[in-house]
Amino acid sequence: MENASQTAAAPAEPGTQVAAVGGVSSATAKPEGLKSICMNADEIERAIVRMAHQIIEQNGGIEGLVVVGIVTRGDILAARLVNAIEKIKGVRLPLGKLDISFYRDDYTTYLAPQVESTEIDFLIDGKQVVLVDDVLFTGRTVRAALDALRDIGRPESVQLAVLADRGHRQLPIRADYVGKEIPTSREEQVAVFLKETDGADEVQIRQVPAGARIGAAPTGQNASSAGGED
Amino acid sequence: MAFNHKHLIDINEYSAEDIMTILKTADTFRAVNERRVKKVPTLRGFTVVNMFNEPSTRTRSSFELAEKRLSCDTLNFGGSSTSTVKGESLDDTVATLCSYKIDMIVVRDKHAGVPRQVAEKSGVHVIDAGDGKHQHPTQALLDLYTIWRHKGSFEGLKVGIIGDINHSRVCGSLVPALKKMGAHVTFIAPNTLLPARPDVLGADRVTSKLDEVLPELDVVYMLRIQLERLEGAPYPSLREYSMLYGLNREREKLMKPDAIVCHPGPINRGVELDSFMADHPTHSVILDQVYSGVLVRMAVLYLLLGGNEDENAH
Amino acid sequence: MKTLIKNVRAVDPQVGLDAVVDVLIDEGKIAQVGADLAATSPEAAAADEVRDLAGKILVPGLVDIHVHLREPGFEYKEDVASGTRAAVHGGFTDICCMANTKPVVDTAALVEFVKDRALAADNCNVHVAGACTQGLKGEALAEMGDMDAHGAVAYTDDGRGIQNAGMMRRVMDYAVQFGHPIMDHCQDESLVDAGQVNEGVASTRLGMLGWPAAGEELHIARDIELARLTGAHLHIQHLTSAHGLDIVRKAKAEGSTVTCEVTPHHMFLTEDLIGEDYNTYLKVNPPLRTADDAKALIAGVVDGTVDCIVTDHAPHSENEKAREFELAPFGMTGIETSVGAVLTNLVKPQVIGYDRMVELMAVNPRKIIGIEPVKIEPGSAASLTIIDPELAWTVTADDFESKAKNCGFIGASFVGRATDVYVNGVAKMRDGELVK
Repeated sequence: MENASQTAAAPAEPGTQVAAVGGVSSATAKPEGLKSICMNADEIERAIVRMAHQIIEQNGGIEGLVVVGIVTRGDILAARLVNAIEKIKGVRLPLGKLDISFYRDDYTTYLAPQVESTEIDFLIDGKQVVLVDDVLFTGRTVRAALDALRDIGRPESVQLAVLADRGHRQLPIRADYVGKEIPTSREEQVAVFLKETDGADEVQIRQVPAGARIGAAPTGQNASSAGGED
Repeated sequence: MAFNHKHLIDINEYSAEDIMTILKTADTFRAVNERRVKKVPTLRGFTVVNMFNEPSTRTRSSFELAEKRLSCDTLNFGGSSTSTVKGESLDDTVATLCSYKIDMIVVRDKHAGVPRQVAEKSGVHVIDAGDGKHQHPTQALLDLYTIWRHKGSFEGLKVGIIGDINHSRVCGSLVPALKKMGAHVTFIAPNTLLPARPDVLGADRVTSKLDEVLPELDVVYMLRIQLERLEGAPYPSLREYSMLYGLNREREKLMKPDAIVCHPGPINRGVELDSFMADHPTHSVILDQVYSGVLVRMAVLYLLLGGNEDENAH
Repeated sequence: MKTLIKNVRAVDPQVGLDAVVDVLIDEGKIAQVGADLAATSPEAAAADEVRDLAGKILVPGLVDIHVHLREPGFEYKEDVASGTRAAVHGGFTDICCMANTKPVVDTAALVEFVKDRALAADNCNVHVAGACTQGLKGEALAEMGDMDAHGAVAYTDDGRGIQNAGMMRRVMDYAVQFGHPIMDHCQDESLVDAGQVNEGVASTRLGMLGWPAAGEELHIARDIELARLTGAHLHIQHLTSAHGLDIVRKAKAEGSTVTCEVTPHHMFLTEDLIGEDYNTYLKVNPPLRTADDAKALIAGVVDGTVDCIVTDHAPHSENEKAREFELAPFGMTGIETSVGAVLTNLVKPQVIGYDRMVELMAVNPRKIIGIEPVKIEPGSAASLTIIDPELAWTVTADDFESKAKNCGFIGASFVGRATDVYVNGVAKMRDGELVK
């Protein structure tokens, strides 16, 4: 945790500080792994505003809506969504963040993930919960988040918003709001950098070094900050 | 953060960083414990044996709750019907338990060194829940968590430990842990209640004069006094013990306004603490300690049982 | 049967000998000692067996006057046959066994029983110590006179100390008439209580009750005073502390006849070795003490305060030593590691010479228990130990003849060990192998 906060506190331009690439440690994910930049800061901003409009439209307003981001980076995106909705409707939606460490299905495989806190200081019973994450990949993180939400309360519905959907689902899960569809191969990673944690906004496609683990949360073992794919 | 331990037996094997990891992880379990469903599925499928070879209602309850709130299957083994009473050796008992295909043993024993022996014999994860008058690491961690919550940090904190330090397994873990975190530790007791070498545990200062040091203490840690028969007891009477070493309404006037009072429980009311101090709304954090016990034990279970990336974890 | 041992370096300070010689053994006695006997002596030339042991050291047979053979009663730990086999394997020709068996050796019948078992085993000479008090209870005198008549060589309640000073005085007063020593296990139970390890760093670190050195020193001082009062020969067993040794040193300077012994484990192992693994092999009584104490014992060995080195060979079964540290019995074996430990730690680094080693392990022990001396000169009993000073070996449990494995030196690397043992002229060990 100490290291994690250091990593987050010392961001450089995207790509130099390997902040967040799906649990791959900085030693293995070198900048030369970069294949392309698929979203820049403007595109990210536009995607968020677009999703904000879609959420309002889909729900016929904002009555009963609450926004919950999955840590880490989903919670940052959730905050941006709440800001965007506030600009449109002039109302600030309840915002919470959800840590899904205790609900992961790979606990027995990897060392105990570092835990951030879950902060949802409002009731979700009977609400429309918009769950926010950065990248939708296998669907396992969302599965864990749904289980976590169930232990917190009983929302009327849960909708999913993601900045990037890269495909390769392993569970029957889909997103309701997608910033950008990004076709990838399994050997690639989608890395999301956000200025709050990484100094700048950018989404990259990177080549996975051979033997690297894809799509798991950061663990106690390699303490890079969170983010990336599930 | 490379939390990479297989057991929690000797607090001296844990770095300050490891301890902070446990405290911070414990903090994340507050949210779980304060909602309606006080349970997460993390340890589903794990079997933890609570092997309590001497009675301990509190520690066992706390472990059991922690285990259940992490969705472990738990087996309580021991108590008055322990197999050791029937003459079975410790090694045989452990071998028998291991045949049940278990993942962890939480050990309480009246003999020092038993958790290590259990770890070597069993090969599974082991947590020391108190061994003789040697160590009690989870008690130390819950104390640290409580202190951390109230004081924010440990650096330079003045901690006074008062009472039967010689027979205290708590001190065997708490003092080294406090020292690692940068606190200053004073033992306050008559020589009859002190170990032969307080410096070996890490005490910075030893005194028998409570009133002289009380005004500078940030944390006043009262130990439970054994209510022994008078013959051969290390103090002449409970009355005199209370007079010299008890914390009461009068002594409260000597304390810092923000000093906290800890006690590992169960309290002998009227001996080491009077009711005024035991129930004091601002000084007493004794019930916080009890709650912290569940949080810290959940954190330890969570961190020890996670994954197998490094099979060389010690 | 005549045996000629050629080209050994024979060391015996009793006769001022330290030279390469040949030794002729005949009819259980040393017949001749001299250079190149085969060439100069017709008897030697006619020897039935000639052994050239060039490079080895021949000394009067080594004696260990503190051994627990455990028979009768605890044969699962050790018995007279296995214990004496271990003694020969360790290089000893004579041992004195303690009385804390079950039943206790507190009558002549028990003395005879142990002697019979030793004769039947026919390994080394066994000298029996009888109890001071019936059942080692410290309450009533044992039949010391009858035991003396049947060959007991000393009296001891070893395993316990006699708690009451008046009772100890009575023991000494009564024993004086038989001329045997009172071998004293010094332990004040009111101070030691259930102490497990040395009181101080070890007891604090390990969270166990301490066994304070004062609990030993108090009885040393008390019994020196009582010996002065009664005129008894007091022999302090397994002395462990620097201060305890000082008490003895001072008493000797004042003319007291007190003698004392130390063990290799108290000289070469310390409380610091007892770690978080709670190795029960290191649980001994009295306990391993500090490095300073160990250093002081070695100084006492050098300056003559210490009279002899013994092992306190205390065999226990594996399942007893596998118990929790606080429940496991006290004691470690040592009779098969003593010579190696002494050679490696004292002789090789020239802390003492072979002559002093012979005094400590052969001459003085015989004097203390009052048995016939063995000298490397014609006419003496041919109980001899032969040492290979260069043999490097590692202590392993598999190597032991003892039934027990509970030795704190397992894993240690030693240089030097006994390879040949003659008991009354008969080869009991030859080139490291027991003869049977």
